[in-house]
Amino acid sequence: MAHDHGHTEHKLAIFRGRLKFKSNVQKIWGVLIFLSIVTIVEVGLGIAKPSILVDNYFIGMKLLNWVFIVLTIVKAYYIAWDFMHLRDEKSSLRRAVVWTAVFLICYLIFILLQEGTYIEDVKANGFIKWNF
Amino acid sequence: MEATVSNTGTEGKVWGGGNKPLSASYGKMMMWFFILSDALTFSGFLAAYGFSRFKFIDSWPIADEVYNHFPGTHGDNPMYFVALMTFILIASSVTMVLAVDAGHHNDRKKTIFYMFLTIIGGAIFLGSQAWEWTNFIQGSYGALETEGGQILQFVDTKTTADDDKMYRVSVEDFATASHKERVQHEGKNGLWYVSEPALPTYSVQDVITGFNEHSTLAVRTQEIIPNVAALKASENPADVAKAERFEKMYINADHKGHKGILTRAESEKALKDAVTYVKGANLIHNEYGNRLFGDFFFFITGFHGFHVFSGVVINIIIFLNILLGTYDRRKNNYEMVEKVGLYWHFVDLVWVFVFTFFYLV
Repeated sequence: MAHDHGHTEHKLAIFRGRLKFKSNVQKIWGVLIFLSIVTIVEVGLGIAKPSILVDNYFIGMKLLNWVFIVLTIVKAYYIAWDFMHLRDEKSSLRRAVVWTAVFLICYLIFILLQEGTYIEDVKANGFIKWNF
Repeated sequence: MEATVSNTGTEGKVWGGGNKPLSASYGKMMMWFFILSDALTFSGFLAAYGFSRFKFIDSWPIADEVYNHFPGTHGDNPMYFVALMTFILIASSVTMVLAVDAGHHNDRKKTIFYMFLTIIGGAIFLGSQAWEWTNFIQGSYGALETEGGQILQFVDTKTTADDDKMYRVSVEDFATASHKERVQHEGKNGLWYVSEPALPTYSVQDVITGFNEHSTLAVRTQEIIPNVAALKASENPADVAKAERFEKMYINADHKGHKGILTRAESEKALKDAVTYVKGANLIHNEYGNRLFGDFFFFITGFHGFHVFSGVVINIIIFLNILLGTYDRRKNNYEMVEKVGLYWHFVDLVWVFVFTFFYLV
């Protein structure tokens, strides 16, 4: 394997360069440990349901749900960047994939959740009998 | 990578397939295009789930109460099983990325070993999902459904000094199935062009009779108790009226975030609207609550499960190709393993979101 086609060069640092690994295999295990910790935190919060996170709201949603969504996106980031090697791809490929999805999904979610909230309001405060 | 791409004479040209701004092979780029479009499909499903959930925000089923089984145990074990499933899928993602890494080093034996582990992980995940579906379909308590699609569940209001939780009661524990006067009408024993669905185990009257014989039972509705104290203190008369309604109807009006449990008198009134007994779930009825809840569960986890299944099949094909030495002959550092790896990680990625929106949020 004298010539490796430039394939085995990986960016080995995560957390913005704060954590550097010696080899790609080591980085994979490191990311697994990180993802497992995040999942354990999620399940722990889901079972404990701390009242400070359940009783306080931010833009119509419980803080706890925001925490779950942020942690999910963190997990998605490391799966895409390190397992799917987006970190090692050209930034143009990375942006073509990621920004397309981010913009379209944000728009879709905004429209549908806005509409769902409106219908809920009509159901709760309008003159419609739905409980029979 | 260059080894498989034939020299087209377009190098250095801007048009006609020249230049490689993304420095990715054709196959890898197409896999990314596919993943992007599939991600949008799943987003559409999950956003639709969010729409229905926001529409029924005050009565949506509570996930912890629905998915509370763990193999080999009884009682209430919310979330542990799905957390385990998540871990299995992430672990199989790790073995896949290790296979890709081994492929890059042209290490055939290691690639075979890690691909094998990935296939096993996928199979275990599929088995777990089958178990999850079985529990969901069979149900555990049973409930009555009203004409308008409301679900009426049953709880025992008898509590002890050190445990004030009112536990769910299975309909089987208090109702007795009456003598069946009627056989199910099937196409083969009556009019051939008319048939009816399977008859429920209990008639509504059986359940009501059982309910009347047990004075500590009460009906639990789907409505989630809001912060009644805050509503009462509100300036808005509509809020005050709402708070009064909750205090009048429900015996647990002070338990914010719980499902409302009707007083005995209100329970008897609610039971008059019941039209059918429901146990477990299918695409039309489910004992957990809103009908859409069951539909979304089957559709989204089913679509994801189908992706996992396809992933396992594709992994097996690639695994056999590695055994046959196909990718050694291609001399491109096992790029095919990397491409199916992308798909496999994507399936894991989707599960991370399904896990959050179905089980956590």
